[in-house]
Amino acid sequence: MSEVTRADICAVAIAEAFRGDGERLCNPIGNLPLIGGRLAAATFEPHLALTDGFYTLLDPTGPEDVPPVGLSEEERLRHRTVGHWNPYREMFGLLWRGRRHVMMGATQIDRYGNQNIAAIGDWHRPKRQLLGFRGAPGNTINHTTSYWVPNHSPRSFVESVDVVCGIGYDRAAELGPVAARFHEVRRVVSNLGVFDFGATDANGVPTMRLVSVHPGVEVDEVIEATGFDLVVADDVTETRAPTPEEMAHIERLDPKGLRHAEVPAP
Amino acid sequence: MAGPDKRATEDEVVAELRSGMTIGIGGWGSRRKPMSLIRAILRSDLDDLTIVTYGGPDVGLLCRAGKVRKVVSGFVSLDSVPLEPNYQAARQEGTIEAAEWDEGMLLLGLQAAAWRLPFLPTRAGLGSDVVRCMPDLRTVTSPYATRAALPDGTEVEEHEELLAVPALQLDAALVHQHRADRSGNALWLGEDPFFDDLFVRAAERAYVSCEQVVPTEELSATADVTHLRISRMDVTGVVEAPLGAHFTECAPDYGRDEAFQKRYTATARSEEAWAEFRAEFIDVTEDEYRSNVARLREEER
Repeated sequence: MSEVTRADICAVAIAEAFRGDGERLCNPIGNLPLIGGRLAAATFEPHLALTDGFYTLLDPTGPEDVPPVGLSEEERLRHRTVGHWNPYREMFGLLWRGRRHVMMGATQIDRYGNQNIAAIGDWHRPKRQLLGFRGAPGNTINHTTSYWVPNHSPRSFVESVDVVCGIGYDRAAELGPVAARFHEVRRVVSNLGVFDFGATDANGVPTMRLVSVHPGVEVDEVIEATGFDLVVADDVTETRAPTPEEMAHIERLDPKGLRHAEVPAP
Repeated sequence: MAGPDKRATEDEVVAELRSGMTIGIGGWGSRRKPMSLIRAILRSDLDDLTIVTYGGPDVGLLCRAGKVRKVVSGFVSLDSVPLEPNYQAARQEGTIEAAEWDEGMLLLGLQAAAWRLPFLPTRAGLGSDVVRCMPDLRTVTSPYATRAALPDGTEVEEHEELLAVPALQLDAALVHQHRADRSGNALWLGEDPFFDDLFVRAAERAYVSCEQVVPTEELSATADVTHLRISRMDVTGVVEAPLGAHFTECAPDYGRDEAFQKRYTATARSEEAWAEFRAEFIDVTEDEYRSNVARLREEER
């Protein structure tokens, strides 16, 4: 077995975000999130539905049938057991129904879990135009959301985001408990650690909390790299390493080592 | 009975459009965009357009050429190149007005227009900066009480406040399909119809370009009837445009021309690059366009 890298740790931490989801769509976006989500499906969450990244949902026949990432178009089409046709309009139907857990990226994220992928600066005349809001507003108000941030720094973990795309707990609280009843920001995984929303502010609104640091990372390093006052869980632990079985799955799911490009060895 | 023959050229279609119009464009990102019709707009004197779309290079090209007043989008992206460089430049330089909606909101705005409703309600967008940045968006209070179980187990009744997505009424829609008959019954192939049928129904006038015009009886022989998504009753004009979606993807007929897309992205970098691209790939006939693309492929081999 090859040596466990930071990227492997991240893959397992991402997989753990989907633990307990049972029978719903596991919809990670980006290479490492895909590897993590598929790892969960190949191991402890066998009933997850998976996306092919395009227009179908996959129901692998077994752990070995969970497809790797980074396939060519021909390989991708060959390597899929389709359970459902899922063109974009059907995806909106699925997500408005709520049977989905998405893991999105975030150019900026704040303590309440507000996410920005739209623009840097004032949205009306941005310093830097990014992706736009995409599906983030609709995702976060309708179903469980987690985030993956591969470059943890005070520029990504910020006091307040420039544009709120995915809504955090303060925005959800403003809407009230009925409007926000499907809102859940479950977890944030970065290249340094794992975070939940187990802390609260003075008004009882959930805020981000460090729950584990990846092996080789100090708690102070995470605090230093965070642009807001980070709450640290009393029982902060070390993010667990993959089991040998999980490591074999990770290698199979990412034969080209795309995860190492996203999270280089520190 | 069969409908009238609505076949036209790209330039004939564009001659029916006017400056200041709101034009919806089908496809998604850099997939199945009616690029030959876009090129005809780029050659025309139309300007001051409002574009409604899940945007790709169509938006970027129209912005680059100064044809656009406002873009209403769910996003603008080239897929394999996440940020559309010409749209990005237009936004950063403030040369266009933008409405950037949640992706699902755009679907509802088109559906509302297609059903001749003033709006459709949704939760998508609530609490986000979509409603703060675009203050013309309004909410609506449900006339019905929602009985909801809260996470703590209590049950409450409330008249929910929802976002009222306004109908996106289009003066014209431009979409690209794989096959159509001469009166506008159209067929999509591949795995996603995108929202082309909604664009067509949301529009006063709808124009369908297609890879090939075929006899009506060939439509249901080509694919399952569920792929016959656009009806001639909603279509104003039909353009036969082989390679009409190039350089965007038109699977299964052809994939995205990534090398060409890269060449296109360079037009954002300098006026010289844009002038060169224009001369070779915009200010030409469709026949010349296809032969220039073929020559490029030869050179790249």
